[in-house]
Amino acid sequence: MKLFRLQKGTRERAIARIVLFLVILTAVMIAGSHIPLDSIYVDLENINHPPGLTHLFGTDWVGRDMLTRTVKGLSLSIWVGIICSLSSTVIAAVFGILGPTLGGKADAVISWLVDLTLSVPHTILIILVSIACGGGFKGIVVGVAATHWTSLTRIIRAEVIRIHTSEYVMISKRFGKSRRFIALHHMVPHVVPQMVVGTILVFPHAILHEASITFLGFGLPPHEPAIGVILSESMKYLTSGQWWLAFFPGVCLICVSIMVSALGKSLEQIMDPVTAYKK
Amino acid sequence: MRLEARNISFSYQDEKPVLSDIDFTVETGEIVGLTAPSGYGKSTLGKILAGYLKPDKGTVLVDGKSADVKAFHPVQLVFQHPEKAVNPRWKMKKILTEAWVPPEEMIRKMGIEQGWMNRWPAELSGGELQRFCVLRALSPQTKFLIADEMTTMLDMITQAQIWRVVTEYAARKEMGIVVISHDTYLLKRLCSRIVRLNE
Repeated sequence: MKLFRLQKGTRERAIARIVLFLVILTAVMIAGSHIPLDSIYVDLENINHPPGLTHLFGTDWVGRDMLTRTVKGLSLSIWVGIICSLSSTVIAAVFGILGPTLGGKADAVISWLVDLTLSVPHTILIILVSIACGGGFKGIVVGVAATHWTSLTRIIRAEVIRIHTSEYVMISKRFGKSRRFIALHHMVPHVVPQMVVGTILVFPHAILHEASITFLGFGLPPHEPAIGVILSESMKYLTSGQWWLAFFPGVCLICVSIMVSALGKSLEQIMDPVTAYKK
Repeated sequence: MRLEARNISFSYQDEKPVLSDIDFTVETGEIVGLTAPSGYGKSTLGKILAGYLKPDKGTVLVDGKSADVKAFHPVQLVFQHPEKAVNPRWKMKKILTEAWVPPEEMIRKMGIEQGWMNRWPAELSGGELQRFCVLRALSPQTKFLIADEMTTMLDMITQAQIWRVVTEYAARKEMGIVVISHDTYLLKRLCSRIVRLNE
């Protein structure tokens, strides 16, 4: 009900932002998956059309409408992003909770794995994993998921350790509360919001990495309408003045990243009791 | 019933013991002050009595037995900083009723307002939070209360209000209290006996 009171508090603004961005992103996804592939038809009478009223984003060298291709590419990117960030979160949750709970050697191995993964540049690791998995959609998803769980694992691990040693958990133990009670009532309310926000904040990284790997030619195959494919193809035409081929898809990709990132930060703000009701 | 610490020794590092061969006894219904300058192990002894730390040597006995670590501990400790002793993601009502459900009358006497129940800890002041922390430790199962600088950070009026509720309750339920403090006036006022760890 708070939404409709039209207050100007930060909480109301944060909720409005979340709703707005969710609507835009879902609209792009739905639009992208409902556009049939043959609507990106070759139209040789309308090649290299600059942006205008009939073609908002212009057309490419075989007359395909760039707006349609961009929307299609974005929805593919969003799918890759969703799958990658969800699987990264699952890995991070398992490692981040198991490490401090088992302690000792298990914790050391997990910390070592995190350091190892972080010490290799992301892009190289994604390319290697992607090739090892046979490339394509599967390769890129496995590659990105296998490299983006590290920072979230660190956050969750630190959070679990902090709560384990906090005074309120020690007091709870003196009250005779079980490990189950402490896990469910003391841990979950701290770790779950971190995981939700972490998942959303991994998302922009995932789609930018997907696009850059595809751009380099190691990711999605050329016939897929992915943003990375569009950008790498358009490089050949930039020198002949067709700036719109790269400009609009690139700007849209950055907009999606910024929107998802802002969505995550707004969600974090309203989920933390300390900032939840700040005016 | 008696809370008894026998030959307690404890050291945080190997070289220098904080406590060596300490004997300490409290009876139910008794209010004992525990004082010493900083660094003499007052809080450490409090934590050992309440089962937060294991002594290197010696035993803590409640009614002649060691306390069951899995059940409600009959010795409850109230910390100095309430903002660390409450889960920041719990509403105040859940915090207050974690161990038992205090009767309305005690909630009122403690000066806790009904409107606070639905708030988050971050929205209350330290003094307001400490009333919750004290009250939630006063369960009928609590036989001894260790008050480690429990009211040090509060103003005089709030201190008096909290101590009145606690001492009345202790007298009624035959609960023993250990008051750990630097404040000699407070100790003289409350305690029937004062133990100095530095002597």
